[in-house]
Amino acid sequence: MSAQLKVKNVSVAYDGPPVVNDVSFSLDAGKIGCLLGPSGCGKTSLLRAIAGFEPLVAGEIILHGKKVSVVGDTVPPEIRQIGMVFQDFALFPHLSVKQNIAFGMRGKAKAIIAKRIDDLLELMGLKEFGEQYPHELSGGQQQRVALARAMAPKPEILLLDEPFSSMDAELREQLAYDIRGVLKQDGITAILVTHDQIEAFAMADEIGVIGEGRLRQWDVAYELYHRPADIMVSEFIGLGVMVSGLVLENRQISLPFDGTIGPAPFSCEAGCTVKVLLRPDDIIHDDTSPLTLEIEDRAFRGAEFLYTLKIPNGGKILCLVQSHHDHKIGEKIGVRLDVQHLTSFPEVDCAACDLSQCKSHPTQG
Amino acid sequence: MEKAPKTNRSKLSGNWWSVGTSAMAAIFSIPVLVVLGFLFVPAGEIWSHLVDTVLKDYVLNSLSLMLGVALGSLLLGVGTAWLASMCSFTGRGIFEWMLLLPLAIPAYIIAYTYTGMLDFSGPVQSALREAYGWGYGDYWFPEIRSLWGAALMLSLVLYPYVYLLTRAAFLNQSLCVLDVSRTLGNGVWRSFFTVALPLARPSIVAGLSLALMETLADYGTVQYFGVSTFTTGIFRTWYGLDNAPAAAQLSAMLLMFVLILIMLEKNSRKKSRYHNTSQRHQAINRIPLKGWKNFAAVLYCGVAVLFGFLLPAGQLVIWTFTISEESIDGAFFDLIYHTLLLGGLASFFALLFALFLGYGQRLHNNPIVRLSVRLSGMGYAVPGTVVAVGVIIPFAWLDNTLDGWMRSQFDYSTGLILSGSLFALLFAYLVRFLAVSLQTVEAGLGRIKPSMDEAGRSLGYSPNEVLRFIHLPMLRGSLLTALLLVFVDVLKELPATLILRPFNFNTLAVRAYELAADERLADAAPASLAIVAVGIIPVILLSYSITRSRQSK
Repeated sequence: MSAQLKVKNVSVAYDGPPVVNDVSFSLDAGKIGCLLGPSGCGKTSLLRAIAGFEPLVAGEIILHGKKVSVVGDTVPPEIRQIGMVFQDFALFPHLSVKQNIAFGMRGKAKAIIAKRIDDLLELMGLKEFGEQYPHELSGGQQQRVALARAMAPKPEILLLDEPFSSMDAELREQLAYDIRGVLKQDGITAILVTHDQIEAFAMADEIGVIGEGRLRQWDVAYELYHRPADIMVSEFIGLGVMVSGLVLENRQISLPFDGTIGPAPFSCEAGCTVKVLLRPDDIIHDDTSPLTLEIEDRAFRGAEFLYTLKIPNGGKILCLVQSHHDHKIGEKIGVRLDVQHLTSFPEVDCAACDLSQCKSHPTQG
Repeated sequence: MEKAPKTNRSKLSGNWWSVGTSAMAAIFSIPVLVVLGFLFVPAGEIWSHLVDTVLKDYVLNSLSLMLGVALGSLLLGVGTAWLASMCSFTGRGIFEWMLLLPLAIPAYIIAYTYTGMLDFSGPVQSALREAYGWGYGDYWFPEIRSLWGAALMLSLVLYPYVYLLTRAAFLNQSLCVLDVSRTLGNGVWRSFFTVALPLARPSIVAGLSLALMETLADYGTVQYFGVSTFTTGIFRTWYGLDNAPAAAQLSAMLLMFVLILIMLEKNSRKKSRYHNTSQRHQAINRIPLKGWKNFAAVLYCGVAVLFGFLLPAGQLVIWTFTISEESIDGAFFDLIYHTLLLGGLASFFALLFALFLGYGQRLHNNPIVRLSVRLSGMGYAVPGTVVAVGVIIPFAWLDNTLDGWMRSQFDYSTGLILSGSLFALLFAYLVRFLAVSLQTVEAGLGRIKPSMDEAGRSLGYSPNEVLRFIHLPMLRGSLLTALLLVFVDVLKELPATLILRPFNFNTLAVRAYELAADERLADAAPASLAIVAVGIIPVILLSYSITRSRQSK
């Protein structure tokens, strides 16, 4: 398969430091990609740069083999053959549903346009609504019209900017699955922008996590969760806590409240401290375990309790326990560690860790 | 596949818009700049003559007139605004919009009408003589054609500015503030003076500044009443003394007065924003007025509506259909045709330019475009007389230069091409009223979210096509309103039309002015009535938008 979209070393800036900084990735035809990150991380700016609304200050964007953005020249959005679904849907209020969908298909034969509209209305389950106006539709229906309108001209790529942000939280995941089905059926290449990882997991084939303007990791959801590339990704994806660990002679990492849990994935001198990611499902509740920790806080989640446990050096870890284990705050419960995917990072100020030089951290007792 | 990097397209088109809008701003600023430029031209003998003789009168009369109008419009505007917004009394709902009706009558028309009603042979004095058997000279009757009469006339039609803004201020005040005041033991009326009124002060000042700007711009009323102010002085210096520089210098002085009012208004509006503390407005619990209070409220509002609109409009109707000898014939239809032509052309071009400026600002919101848009819209505060002087001076210079060059080169005289042409008059209208169109278009465009533009672009439409296929259809209502508002303003405009109209080219306003000048007040009624009738349309639109915004809250 050939790459439908290539983003090479792209930076975007608005009269200041870049909001998108040296981002590169590529997306194959027919795949659904996602730019995931907290608000203000630059993901929307990157999407708008792909759409042609923002010029680049560095790098280039190649769409279906054509250079559409380089520094100093931006092919305007109207001739890029993109489709875009907006956060507020941006349906044209003076046009009916059919006219909205037909809007981007001018110049094509009438019969072809009519056929495409009918197919899309069918696909979206909007058959009865063709003659209605946007204000007569519900939010979910409006969104499907917006999607149909963007898909109608068969764009090279479909861009979705926070398409579910105005929906009820319960509906979002279902809608994301539905839309994924529609896009796959039409074989459309798409990029979704969202801050909600549930949406991203439900809809995308590949996900790029963006933090402070940089692409931290481009991967499938499973890898993002179990093999995060850096601390930002570890903390952003899923629940989890970073705990300090000590590196021993044989590169094994030891935790202050338990024994060694496995080797550091990078070379490191003995005596260095590292950050270890502990997810709630890495901590198993076991009454027979010799290790007991005090409950600091707890949250009832229906099927489980999420306990916050104190650890000896003053930090805390999270632990998911089936909800019939009803323990009080202040109680000590037995736990054992079962870390399937050990994730650890060198200390931020210990730059020499991967270089097996760790002089800034003298060996501790 | 490889493409050589070019200059950024969006930047290039941004430059085009910058050039276009600044060119437009430059053209529309010419009249004001010309007038202001004369401040630096050495004053001739005529100017020192003016300073020695009449200038003091102009200043004093203009100031007295402003004082009178300020008192009158505060008296009529603030009280009625409080009653119509915060109290409940018989007919409140009707008064709420009827209090706006006087806006439909230009000051000079109400002045002609009252003069006709109150002069020796008019219905009032005739009735008095008949009732008491008096003859000529037996009794004293106030002379309406005086400074205080002019102030009264202007107050009667300008108080709605104060009413409108003050009413909005009262409605926007968080009602809690009033309720708090009342729970602290202040009565309703004490709360009005200690809480509501001080909070509304910035809006009152803003409304007052607008009324006073109109007062300074008035020519028809003061001219007819023989009150020497700046506007009549400019006319006299221009036509009587035939001295353009002196007229321009008077205009510049008048502009200084206007400038002070503009700053006052801007400043107050800024403040008034801070005073709306609460975002939520509950349904208003109006203070019920019973018995004599109810009667007094009806009387108060009734007086404003009766004298500001019903009486003069009624008199115009009666004159039109009884005494008027001005027949509704071909000549009258010519007047209507001329008026429609001017209003139609001016409002069309104003809309076109407003769209260009407004859309330029939407596409490229850079400082140059923003400044250009503001400059193009500043003519609205400039009195018509001043605009006319500022238009005719450069046009006459152009004409003379062209004529001189043609004569020296080709021995052929072109005469005056631009001055005294419809083009000059239209240009003056655009300078003065572009702001009206611009404000409406900007407000309309502001309601269209940027994602609409981007949706259009992503579906293959260029910015110009987005304007044509998305914005224009969505803006339809705003565009119609803009056309209508400019049309009505042109219809009422008197001094600029008087100065700049082509020879023998009459409009309804000019005809009413000419007949009134000949003391044929009843004959002026058909033209006046036509102006008032059309002038009512925007007032209806205004009151409609008020009720609609209330309902949507």
